[in-house]
Amino acid sequence: MSENVEKYIKRKVYKSTNSRIAQKFVDAGLEKIRACINCGTCTGSCPSGRRTAYRTRSAIRRALTGDETVLQDIDIWLCSTCYYCYERCPRDIPVTDMIIKLRNIAVEEGYILDSHFGLANDIFYATGHGVPANGEANKKWRDLRESYGLPPLPPTVHSYPEAVKECQELMNAVGFKKLLDNAAKLKKERAKTEEKK
Amino acid sequence: MREDYKWRYGFFLGCVIPNRYPMIEISIRNVFDHLGAELLDLPGASCCPAPGVFRAFHIPTWFVIAARNISIAEELGVSPITGCNGCYGTLRDAWYELEHDYDKKKEVNEYLAKIGRKYSGTFEPKHIVQALYLDMGLDYLKDFIKLKFTDLKVGVHYGCHIVKPSEKRPWNGEYEAPQFLDEIVEITGAKSIDYKDKYMCCGAGGAVRTAVKEVAADFTREKLVNMRDAGVDIILDICPFCHLQLDLGQVEVNNFYADIIGEPFNIPVIYITQLLGVAFGMDPNLLGLVKNHNLSGVSPFISVDPFLKIVKEQLI
Repeated sequence: MSENVEKYIKRKVYKSTNSRIAQKFVDAGLEKIRACINCGTCTGSCPSGRRTAYRTRSAIRRALTGDETVLQDIDIWLCSTCYYCYERCPRDIPVTDMIIKLRNIAVEEGYILDSHFGLANDIFYATGHGVPANGEANKKWRDLRESYGLPPLPPTVHSYPEAVKECQELMNAVGFKKLLDNAAKLKKERAKTEEKK
Repeated sequence: MREDYKWRYGFFLGCVIPNRYPMIEISIRNVFDHLGAELLDLPGASCCPAPGVFRAFHIPTWFVIAARNISIAEELGVSPITGCNGCYGTLRDAWYELEHDYDKKKEVNEYLAKIGRKYSGTFEPKHIVQALYLDMGLDYLKDFIKLKFTDLKVGVHYGCHIVKPSEKRPWNGEYEAPQFLDEIVEITGAKSIDYKDKYMCCGAGGAVRTAVKEVAADFTREKLVNMRDAGVDIILDICPFCHLQLDLGQVEVNNFYADIIGEPFNIPVIYITQLLGVAFGMDPNLLGLVKNHNLSGVSPFISVDPFLKIVKEQLI
């Protein structure tokens, strides 16, 4: 997209908004969505939308208009990232990548499901694996590996404790741990407010 | 390098293959060795990180951890190769994007410098199917076929990230109806059966399985119904997360959707190197097809014995 078009898009859509989150949408490059002609190819191609209330075009539209509630819906987490919308968009909007960016902003704002938080914090950050085989609870998986003649733990981070530290050092430096801690804090605060209500 | 090896790759294991479906790991290792391709271990490799969850939480983390994983293969002077569509998506997309964005690459390397590593991007990340089809080629594979199936109907499941985003993949932009996997399957004498919405997603990816298992299982239900209607004997895939979703997923579908599916599902799920291996005349024990344990609650959740029976009837 040419620089001029991008400038035009920003001016047209966000000139009058002072929403902090709308600004985040702009910063994340979501203004590319401005090229959308509302044809609905994304929604029509979406295998998730066939069985859930997730409507790709609608999520995209809400982001474009700076509607923050799009971050709070579980809908954006029901995209299986199959990339049909991305491939078929006649305006070449990288739709799936836009959904991924929306999710990034949702997490930043503390909108992350408990199951996803646990996976990120207690499993990925702690072990370096997204699906681990270490620890007492996973003994059966190590036994299964051995039954096929493989060592109980693979030659991954599981066999190299210093590699786990390397990954954690990277995740600390790039701000992942801070992001998760902040999301947890925001979630807690929000839960408290809900309780008071 | 052993003299008769023609190819050499860095085997990026990921998470689900080594930690949940080790039968896939053993079949890839043995089949690649059989084909003259050496698989080097990538010591200390981590989660890729998964494109639907961890990239969706924090893109910068996804970039640096992916670059670290690629850098381990670079140190050995080889392409990282994976048997997982998710890992393929991450490693290949991160590599593609870093090779097209100088500033991003510089930034990632500033982080990697903190742990004494460097990402250069010299080696293209590959999927094992890419190695089979593009590096080796069908003619090369055909020379290894010793036994052919006479009547095996296969429901081929590609998965998503093997072909999409198409501009970051090696298949000349084809994503709507690729044929490369069907072609590999059919050199074994098996027949790849057309079924409705064959290229549809299994439902597991993109954090959906972790978010709402019932939604993921509903994708799977649709696929399973379509495959059963077409009369498949086995499901064949090339990704351990699809594999988990199509295998353990059958148990979940039978549970969640008992009222609408009629008969419960019970279709063996086979990984591409397991199918090739038996046609190469390899011992099913070397392909992770034979159970040698009394553990409960482990994979495969749907028995592959009906497939082994077909192998014995048609191949041995």
